Amino acid sequence: MASSKGLNRNMLIAYGAMGLLGLFFLFPIAIMVIGSFKSDAVVISDQTSLSAFDPRPFEASDNYRAAADTGNYFKSLRVSVIVSGVIVVGGLIVNSLCGYALARLRFRGQRVLLSIVIALVIIPFEAIAVPLLLMMSEIEWTNTIRAQFLPFIAQPLYIFLFYSFFRGLPSELEEAAMIDGAGPYRTFWSVLFPLAKPAYASAAILSFLYSWGQFLWPVMITRTEDVRPLPIGLTFFRGQPPIQWADLMAFATMMVLPVIIVFVIFQRQFVQGVATSGLKG
Amino acid sequence: MQPATVDSSASDSRSPGNRSRARAGLAFSSPAVVLLTLFMVVPFGLAAVLSFTNRKLLSPLPTRWVGFDNYTDVLGDSGFWGALQNNLVFSAIVVPLQTGLALLLAVLVNQKLKGSVFFRTVYFVPITFSLSAASIIWLVLLNPSGMINTVMEVVTFGAFAPDWLNDPSYTMAAVIIVSLWASVGFQMVILLAALQDVPKTLYEAAAVDGASAWKRFRNVTVPGIRHQLFFVATITMILSFRLFDQVWIMPPRPGGPLDATNTIMVELVDTGFQRGQIGKGSSIAVLFFLIVLFLTIFQRKFEPAD
Repeated sequence: MASSKGLNRNMLIAYGAMGLLGLFFLFPIAIMVIGSFKSDAVVISDQTSLSAFDPRPFEASDNYRAAADTGNYFKSLRVSVIVSGVIVVGGLIVNSLCGYALARLRFRGQRVLLSIVIALVIIPFEAIAVPLLLMMSEIEWTNTIRAQFLPFIAQPLYIFLFYSFFRGLPSELEEAAMIDGAGPYRTFWSVLFPLAKPAYASAAILSFLYSWGQFLWPVMITRTEDVRPLPIGLTFFRGQPPIQWADLMAFATMMVLPVIIVFVIFQRQFVQGVATSGLKG
Repeated sequence: MQPATVDSSASDSRSPGNRSRARAGLAFSSPAVVLLTLFMVVPFGLAAVLSFTNRKLLSPLPTRWVGFDNYTDVLGDSGFWGALQNNLVFSAIVVPLQTGLALLLAVLVNQKLKGSVFFRTVYFVPITFSLSAASIIWLVLLNPSGMINTVMEVVTFGAFAPDWLNDPSYTMAAVIIVSLWASVGFQMVILLAALQDVPKTLYEAAAVDGASAWKRFRNVTVPGIRHQLFFVATITMILSFRLFDQVWIMPPRPGGPLDATNTIMVELVDTGFQRGQIGKGSSIAVLFFLIVLFLTIFQRKFEPAD
């Protein structure tokens, strides 16, 4: 180790670097929140001075009301909650059961299914969006909420994640349960499911972040405000001239705040979830 | 699921236990199989088939085969090549920049100084922002008289204050800044986990040998996390070809101005959805898939060996 003087200098450099980089990440969030409080007229013009961080003239209630009424925030929130809720919960059930079957049970076609799942991981949703749009249009499912969640419940990546997780567990646990007379269903619920909580947490967080931010598919499949998820609602709100920046910041704040709160509570799981898989950017 | 490839383990399912496990296997996997077939395998096959037809989303005319017309159309269109070029430029800048920044952040946070958990949180929070929200917020900061230009003018004594979103030379730069801000936290966390797995004894040995901090970084840290570095760089490259949300939302019009931020995904949505040309859009989708497939094979083939 270096001398204590050198150590201090290095620490100073490290803190300086961390702090400067921290500003880059925090400024936009501060501008969003503070901008949502003040008068529409000054959000942009205040940017040239420190008054960018001054929430006055304070018109928060006007801004948030505009986001809720003109921006239809709550209509979009409802859609996003349904879509993400079904994708996350449905996906956890469907993908974990399939991953478990592939890892632990023996059935006809198992190996083929495993290789198909692994191959499907490569296919990005964007590569199938256009024909899927045609399919949805043929069965008259465009502009519906179900068209926004059904294609995203089964995900090869999460099946593979659960498959790898269940493979890694010692088989003695299951064998003991089987010898005690528990069938495959009981064994899964009482022995494996409780052990797999970290895998469930990772899959839940990743699929929530992905589904909550989805943009390309709802651009193609939604037309009216009652089925618009939050990202689309935000862009439509912006499309109504004249642009009211403070109202937009209020909409954005209400859109990200629930996620930030969940993030702060489950930070450890978020970090682990991303670290274990690390997809999407 | 061809019967020709039934595996050996399925044939020994004569005992009641094995039979119930085989039934459970089918029952557990069937919901996923049904959904994957309907919403992935079928549309994927359709993309390939439709790309050889003139299918429209809404059209009174019957669909017919057009051979490779869609592909020659797309590949003969300067719009597609311009989009591909924009994707490549974006990728060439974002991959090294984002991987490098993620490594810097991970190394800084990994020093276990007082407050490093706080900074890790700060760098990671933008992950919770959907790209649409990030794009809208950055429009305020990147306004000609926004905070970024205010800082730029101070730093460059007024020499540099572009109109980020209306000047085609700078729009892609604006998109890149937003992309970095919104997603570098992902890469940081992956690299941070890797850093924490590098054996401490290696650092101690290097310190005993009198290696400088830089030498320890070059010879212990980087080799120790080379798998994850390679993974992060290649996955960022693959994802960069999906660039869509920012370039749809931020410029005065999607992909603009003057096609400066037009990407393959903008072409796909414009052709397949807005113009309703399902056949031609499908051919763009197939070409996009081939790019992703090529990059994925590259990733698996050149993964650093142990």
